[in-house]
Amino acid sequence: MRDVTSILPLHVDGVCFAAAGRNLVDAASFSVPPGGLTVLLGPNGAGKSLMLRLCHGLLRPSAGAVRWASGAGGRAKRHAMVFQKPIMLRRSVEANIAHALAAAGHSGPERRSRGREALARFGLSDRATQAARLLSGGEQQRLAIARAWALRPELLFLDEPTSQLDPAATRQIEELLAGLVAEGITVMMSTHDLGQARRLADRVLFLHRGRLIEDAPAESFFAGPRAAEARAFLAGELIW
Amino acid sequence: MDLAAIFQAAFALVVGLDPAFLAIVSLSLQVTLTAVLIAGLVGLPLGAALALARFRGRSVVIVVLNALMGLPPVVAGLMVFLALSRSGPLGSLGLLFSPSAMIVAQVILVLPIVIALTRQTVEDLWIEYRDHLRSVGLDGARAIPTLLFDGRFALATALLAGFGRASAEVGAVLIVGGNIAGYTRTMTTTITLETSKGDLPLALGLGLVLIALTLAINAVAFGASRIGARYAG
Ligand SMILES: Nc1ncnc2c1ncn2[C@@H]1O[C@H](COP(=O)(O)OP(=O)(O)O)[C@@H](O)[C@H]1O
Ligand SMILES: [Mg+2]
Repeated sequence: MRDVTSILPLHVDGVCFAAAGRNLVDAASFSVPPGGLTVLLGPNGAGKSLMLRLCHGLLRPSAGAVRWASGAGGRAKRHAMVFQKPIMLRRSVEANIAHALAAAGHSGPERRSRGREALARFGLSDRATQAARLLSGGEQQRLAIARAWALRPELLFLDEPTSQLDPAATRQIEELLAGLVAEGITVMMSTHDLGQARRLADRVLFLHRGRLIEDAPAESFFAGPRAAEARAFLAGELIW
Repeated sequence: MDLAAIFQAAFALVVGLDPAFLAIVSLSLQVTLTAVLIAGLVGLPLGAALALARFRGRSVVIVVLNALMGLPPVVAGLMVFLALSRSGPLGSLGLLFSPSAMIVAQVILVLPIVIALTRQTVEDLWIEYRDHLRSVGLDGARAIPTLLFDGRFALATALLAGFGRASAEVGAVLIVGGNIAGYTRTMTTTITLETSKGDLPLALGLGLVLIALTLAINAVAFGASRIGARYAG
């Protein structure tokens, strides 16, 4: 079903985001080729959320550009985003998924079949008719991922998807993300959790005070980052 | 007539389905339901648009709307009277002292409630949903149907509040309707005028219907908020 032309790689060219006269994201440049899981790592306030929003198109860069290999515009933009705090509509679990599919322009039968598929894929079938907002935190985040997955994105952005969850739910989400990567979905997620980055990352983008300081394969990053700030962060000495 | 006899006669009117009595109840309901329907059709989208729009003077509009929620019904009635009177700007329509005039007056009373409460509900939801809705491509006006649907229980309560205000008021419908027997006589205008004329059973019977109506409105509002809480988590 997927278009032959891929929207990837994503090119981020000298992107800045300024607010109140300050560059909160400062001239970041990197690309995201298809495949793998890229972790946007950095302490609180580094600009991770801003960076993901810029990439996903929720924010407009004040300088520089976010470019996709082929048009990712239109109603079905083929990249999706899951937010730090799951945003659940005041509807049933299945209606949450159907709503996103309707917004992307899918027909009723398509919405139902994709919805069922997503619920089954993420173990939510027996919750289909429950009110989404009454799910547990972990289930809500799972639904948020299922809802994004139903849109069949090539690239999935996740902003600290486990920061609000307990360790058991965190482990579940991490397994699930690994499964998405195995399925061929390119994932870019932010975290300030070093352990999580170690467990999941194929590649690390280290962000500090709005600047992209290091861009390295996960193995070499964790073996010994080049930047002093990244070394300090790994040593637990960099708090913000 | 002693009090017991008045009550007895009032009950007889209510349960006896007296045609003249029923006509008054039915006209009241028709006028108010039509007014609420119009206010809903106009006010829900307008309130939602106001929630999402950013323009100069927006806060002034919001303050004025909130103030209009407390507009005294007699003042609304007076304004409609002036507009519809023979020398008024809409005098040629010949609507004064008709059910239509009463509907117009009640729309003016209900509309600010619907717009203001819709604005508040939709704006709160938008703040919560903004990121996700934009992410799936629903921005601006395209987000409105989602926001109205997800605010459905709060909005139902807003419409019920409007219904309550319109069905209880007497000043506006009396001024523009004129309490013409068999034509513009509503429950509240009848009670107001028949009490002083001495037809206490009729006034009391209508009073009982109004009490029942108020109870019903509140029961439905309570139910809506209970069901809403089930979805709101
Ligand atoms: N819209 C905004 N206006 C001004 N400052 C902002 C805005 N959004 C975020 N910031 C600031 O930018 C910095 C980076 O924010 P963010 O991307 O949320 O960091 P994090 O890496 O923790 O996700 C923070 O200092 C935050 O306070
Ligand atoms: Mg963040």
